Amino acid sequence: MENNKTDNSNNDPRENKKIGRRELIKALATVPVIGAFIYGWYRKQKFDWFLKQSIREEIRLDAVNPVIKRDVSRERQIRLGIIGCGMRGRDLLKAAGFVHPKTIDEWKEEALINRIDKRYHDYLEQDDLNVVVNGVCDIFDINAEKGLEAAANINRESSGGKMDPKPKRYRTYKELLAAGDIDAVIIATPDHWHAPMTMVAAREGKHVYCEKPMTWTVPETYEVVKTIKESNIVFQLGHQNRQNESYFKAREAIEKNVLGSINLIEVTTNRNHPMGAWVYPIHPEACPDNIDWDQFIGPAPYHEFNLERFFRWRCWWDYSTGLSGDLFTHEFDAMNQIFVLGIPYSAVSSGGIYYYKDGRTVPDVLQSVFEYPDRNLSLVYSASLASNRKRGRVIMGHDASMEIGRDLNIYVDRDSTKYKKKLEEGIIDPSLPLYSFTPGAKQVDAITSPTEQYFAGRGLLYTYRGGKRVDTSHLHIREWLDSIRNGTQPSCNVDRGFEEAMTAHMGTIAYRENRKVFLDADKQEIM
Amino acid sequence: MKLIKSSTYSNVQLFWLVALRVLIGWHFLYEGMVKMTNPNWSSVGYLLDSGGFLKGFYFWLAGNPMILRTIDYINIWGLIVIGLGLILGALSRMFIIAGIILLGLYYFSHPPFIGLRYSLPMEGSYLIVNNMLIELVALVVLFLFPTSREIGLDGFIFHIKKSKLRS
Repeated sequence: MENNKTDNSNNDPRENKKIGRRELIKALATVPVIGAFIYGWYRKQKFDWFLKQSIREEIRLDAVNPVIKRDVSRERQIRLGIIGCGMRGRDLLKAAGFVHPKTIDEWKEEALINRIDKRYHDYLEQDDLNVVVNGVCDIFDINAEKGLEAAANINRESSGGKMDPKPKRYRTYKELLAAGDIDAVIIATPDHWHAPMTMVAAREGKHVYCEKPMTWTVPETYEVVKTIKESNIVFQLGHQNRQNESYFKAREAIEKNVLGSINLIEVTTNRNHPMGAWVYPIHPEACPDNIDWDQFIGPAPYHEFNLERFFRWRCWWDYSTGLSGDLFTHEFDAMNQIFVLGIPYSAVSSGGIYYYKDGRTVPDVLQSVFEYPDRNLSLVYSASLASNRKRGRVIMGHDASMEIGRDLNIYVDRDSTKYKKKLEEGIIDPSLPLYSFTPGAKQVDAITSPTEQYFAGRGLLYTYRGGKRVDTSHLHIREWLDSIRNGTQPSCNVDRGFEEAMTAHMGTIAYRENRKVFLDADKQEIM
Repeated sequence: MKLIKSSTYSNVQLFWLVALRVLIGWHFLYEGMVKMTNPNWSSVGYLLDSGGFLKGFYFWLAGNPMILRTIDYINIWGLIVIGLGLILGALSRMFIIAGIILLGLYYFSHPPFIGLRYSLPMEGSYLIVNNMLIELVALVVLFLFPTSREIGLDGFIFHIKKSKLRS
């Protein structure tokens, strides 16, 4: 292309004079582009606002975090005892504000290597619940010692820090529950001990936080309900996902009928790691001398001393409730929280031990289908302990479907009746979420192990309060303690526990007896 | 480095160079405005999805709340100011350099190199070259072929500066 201009910028006499009209026009030539941008921006904003407004009018849900007010005076100190200081027991001690100093050392080291690792930071930020641990009971000496050392760490110190004296160690749960200086107890033992311990605690007037599932058998489920109702204690079942902000939003969406008629709920478990399949490490120093085997067996059928059974008890029906009791209960309780489902009319199950041929008796693949004819819906549970395929938790309605984990997303069905007009007008695009809710959207998370990733993805580890990441177990323990202080019922009380336990037992019995089962409420039996 | 004087361009050359400058400016401005008006926007997701040899650096940025807040602020206002500067042709050389740095940071956060995969979806298929690299090179071209003194407020600024010097 021909250059038809000459370089005259340095010699142009006009530069010494006032800027001319031509120069002014050239200087301001692109200013109208800003005008065009502002106009385009205005039109785009107006269009987006119209879309949002149309959708908002339709679903009446906003992205604001739910307000959860629990202002309770914590002046009165609550004196805790803990039965079971294994992995979960120590998690619950952490949730109450007691962590072993060596764990704090590890968190600090990890935080130096990985700046996104906020476990130490989050723990320091965790509220002081004004509790003290006065008693620890564990039948494995090494775990008991860990529990005692954690309980003594009242100042959240690392190794070498200032500790309180260790609390008393109790050799049996009955001795701990009879202690006069204990108001409330955390039970984190194998499943077959949940009900007996809960009932003794209730009779002794101790408030109970019990790990899920509530019970190991059907008859004891009824006994636990009766015993707790006859006592004056506050009972909380350990479904910490009750505290997940996404579930509050999901419930709001259901109450506002955003999904239309719901006909199918699909919940799943997918793990692919030995720890996720309950193949927990066996402590190298564990032996008959430091394990009280007879106490471990308790109400279970007798078996000679076996370290695998002791550390990996979830793999045997003798002590465990399998997939149904351990993992389906979390899924069921989430759906029960959102839908108030209650106990199903019937259940069928199938599955098997297809991957972990390690002598276990509980299945590693399980499908259970629960029918709710009164609600016109089915609840389907599908689990694999040998595949990480992410399937989520999906609620299917005629007008929209909802997927819930840590986030919540609602998608409109392309054949929806309710949203038909807006689909035709192009206001709603079924391929994009109609509504999304991400608690703590601006936060950075670091989750370490595969099992933690699984739990975090399902909202079981952390949620957010006021934009701050909080351990859901801490919130659940806090709710229980607050309920003790103000004499109210916590969110996962014995009634919710009854529904959880009976539903799980229906799934288990249907699998073990290979038949369709029904609840006979009058006979208090599963038929 | 001696740059070509804008007054030596033909009208057609000047038109298309200015068009390129304005369009890139528009893109920057709109990206900045979208981020500014979204209260939930944060660079954290993008930073944590980083790959390539600078991955550790981007993770470090994401891991520090103070730095992250600053990065978010610089991102939003950097994009807006660079966009306005390019459209209006005001302090263009400075804003072009800033734009090159910003695009360089974006590019090296998610370089489309062999073996690297990202969770965030990309709108096209890329190998080594992507839209960010092309936009970056286009800004280098605009730096070497300046237009803002001919068409833009820099002409005005330049005139005033020169008048002051001579008086």
